[in-house]
Amino acid sequence: MVEFSGWEMPVQYKGILHEHKAVREACGVFDISHMGEFFVSGPGSTSWLDGLLTNNLAAVPIGHAQYTIMLNERGGVIDDLIAYRLAEENYLLIVNAAKIAEDAAWFAKHSTPGVVFEDRSNEFAALAIQGPEAAAIFAKIFQHPMPVERNRVVEIQAGHSFIATTGYTGESGFEWIMPAAEAAAAWQAAIDAGAMPCGLGARDTLRLEMCYPLNGSDLSPDRTPLEAGLGFFVDLKKPAFIGREVLLDQKASILPHKLCALRVIDKAPPVRPHYNVYVNGEPVAETTSGALSPSLGYGVAMAYMPPAYCDIGQMVDIEVRDRRFRAQVVKKPFYKKP
Amino acid sequence: MNIPENLRYATSHEWILVEGDTGTVGITDHAQAELTDIVFAEPPAIGKSVKAGDVAAVVESVKAASDIYAPVSGEVVERNEAIEADPSLLNTDPFGAGWIFKIRIAEAAELAALKDAAAYREQIGA
Repeated sequence: MVEFSGWEMPVQYKGILHEHKAVREACGVFDISHMGEFFVSGPGSTSWLDGLLTNNLAAVPIGHAQYTIMLNERGGVIDDLIAYRLAEENYLLIVNAAKIAEDAAWFAKHSTPGVVFEDRSNEFAALAIQGPEAAAIFAKIFQHPMPVERNRVVEIQAGHSFIATTGYTGESGFEWIMPAAEAAAAWQAAIDAGAMPCGLGARDTLRLEMCYPLNGSDLSPDRTPLEAGLGFFVDLKKPAFIGREVLLDQKASILPHKLCALRVIDKAPPVRPHYNVYVNGEPVAETTSGALSPSLGYGVAMAYMPPAYCDIGQMVDIEVRDRRFRAQVVKKPFYKKP
Repeated sequence: MNIPENLRYATSHEWILVEGDTGTVGITDHAQAELTDIVFAEPPAIGKSVKAGDVAAVVESVKAASDIYAPVSGEVVERNEAIEADPSLLNTDPFGAGWIFKIRIAEAAELAALKDAAAYREQIGA
């Protein structure tokens, strides 16, 4: 067990490699109750959120979810989150555990009449059920087929429990938000239906293989979503949102850094965060995330690199315990389903 | 938890099998279980001289790197290349195919400072 944002959380149940493989090949269940749940409602909610988030919520149909990013005035990332559109002016936001207080304070600071913001993180628990067999497990639990489409939201019980066909693993599956009192039964139901309990360790290797960023590691208040390679989730055509001007300027000139995917070529110890990256012997970056990819069998990492060194195929060296190992910039994601 | 009787144990969870003036060194079953899936192992170079308690090798799980200490002083005379190719041997056979290196024991008296199986069992509460 490890401490994570005030929660005691298991790194693993049976073993990270075992759990990782279960999610890639069958199905795993993650306890993600540490994540925050905010509700936003009232007239003007959509336009208020669209002023605080990078993606375009007005374009999201009711009953769908959208990955989006909240920026500071410098265009840096405060948090990345999923917004569930429950009704025309009614949203559930799923935010990172470590950022609940900061996010809530930001929303409060920018509050506007008519829009009701509630941090109900302590009332809700959540599970992520992920893997090619997740649909079968969904059907067993709910006696109803899982929506085929990604990013669908279904209120199991209105205002009470929710599922969304979202996830952080690159596999098909769903996330299930419920009152905390129902979490133990839900966890058991997922296991009884065939999902394998998975911990934070596998969650990290699975998301890194997909190049999904982890806030606090790959995202920071000093990096913009364009630098992080998340431009797809930024709608610069929206008239205004906090951080937009900085992003427009970056777009018009050149990005100072880009978050690159690095594949380790040499046989090397696992690359971990904060290892130095060199080009032609000169230090140019440090890794933000790194691991030995369980699915691929080689080392993978991400680092904010100067644009001159971001081309696919660029050779770099990563220093592990005073020795340097060759790595190469590759296309994202590392892992593609066979 | 497997704790063979014929080995000596370091508090830092290495075992040593003494045969004449040579010792074979590895990590215990308890250590491999705590470390979880081992994905990288680097046995020491042949000829390397170590003092008891020096870092002699490194093994890494998915989540963390762990130093392996020399239980006694001496010179490395053999290294297990099989664990470089297949680090999971440290998990599946820690007292056998997962051995890490062999050392020519310089100070036999140091062996007395190591634990026997009963004392090691007590240490880990097995």
